[in-house]
Formats: sequence, C-alpha cells, structure tokens
Amino acid sequence: MNQQCGIVVKYFASLKEKLGRSEDYFTLTRSMTVSDVWAQLNPELTPPEQLKVAVNLDYVSWDWVVNPGDEVAFFPPVTGG
Amino acid sequence: MITIVQETFNPWDALQTYQQQMELRVLRTLGATNVFVGSMRDFNQEVQVERMVLEYYPGMTEKQLGMIAAQANEQWSLIDSLIIHRVGEVFPTDVLVLVAVWSAHRADAFEACRFLMEALKSQAPFWKKECVAGQQARWVAENTVGYKHY
Repeated sequence: MNQQCGIVVKYFASLKEKLGRSEDYFTLTRSMTVSDVWAQLNPELTPPEQLKVAVNLDYVSWDWVVNPGDEVAFFPPVTGG
Repeated sequence: MITIVQETFNPWDALQTYQQQMELRVLRTLGATNVFVGSMRDFNQEVQVERMVLEYYPGMTEKQLGMIAAQANEQWSLIDSLIIHRVGEVFPTDVLVLVAVWSAHRADAFEACRFLMEALKSQAPFWKKECVAGQQARWVAENTVGYKHY
C-alpha cells in the first residue's frame, strides 16, 4: 500500500467491540468525506446517530473531506471525568 | 499541565507536589485555588458497580484537554491549571480526575474550574465500561449535563 494515499481509521470503546476491530487502513482512490469512508468500511452498519468523528485529533462533521495521510476516528459519546 | 495516569494517584499529594514546584514569585501572586476531585462510586443508576475500565484516545485526549485549558485561559484570568485523569482499571474510592485552578481572585478560580470539568466531561475522549455484579460489563452511554439552574 502506498502510505502517501492511505489513511488510518480508528474505532473506540463500544464501537470497537461492536465492529470487532480497532483500526482499518484504507487507500483513498477519490475525494471522500468521513461519511464516505464510514460507508466504504462498514457498509453493513448505519452509523449510530450519536456517533462522533474526529480527523487528526479534532472533532469534525460528517461532511469533512479526508486527505491522504489523515487519521480518522469514530467513537461513541464520551463519558470521562 | 495535563497528565493521563495509568495507576492510582493521590490528588492531594499531586497538588502539593505541583504547587511546590511553582516559583516563589508565582506563589506570591496566588489569591485563590479551586480544586475538583472526582472519584469512583460503587453504584450507577441503582446498580452496584464493582469496577470500571477507562479507555481513552492517546493523542486526541491530551489535545482536547489542552484546547479546553487554553479556552479557560482566554476566558478567565488564570495563573495556572492542572488536570490529571486516570485511565485503565479502576475500583470504588479510586480518584478518576483532578482539576485545579490557580488565580489571583476567587471568581476566576471557581468559574474556570467548573468550566474545565464540564468541558472535560463533554469533549475529552474517555469512555467508561462498568463491571456490574452478576451481569455483563456495560459501556456508560453518555455523561449528564452538570450545569443546573436553581
């Protein structure tokens, strides 16, 4: 895989358990939003309404466009403190 | 300063150590210190909780906490702040979070400490999984909003 075109996708907490994996590596072949990335990697699962998404450690909206080399993360609402 | 810790920590020792490292010229400007300590209860929603596992997102958690601390610095006149959050396996009575704020005057310390804690609860990527007696472990669904209008 060409690292230059790749993105890493991370999953956390209950979502990680539900999917049975914590990371995916994905090669971008066209311009994609995080919503497209989810649909490509998890076509069988509609993203739960509350699901959060981050790119490069910042919260983003589902129509955020992903760039090669980005780190995308999907996770449920946070429950720290 | 922002720290994520894997082991049990004593918030009072941590505070003392942190404050001892402040320079005298800084200490002389302190008029108010506000501290919040959050610890693990042995119940949640009327169910006995035996232990919890706290997961986080290394990198993003620290970044989000840093952004929250920067927001507090912009909004209030602060001298310093300290956030320590526990991750990993925790048991009832364990301290989960310490937020401390130092300022010249009490209003800034009180308000910034509250803001930091509420922002941490809603933005910092931590997740709690509760281990309940006789049941399958369950993920806490979401945090409640801490602000109340009396």
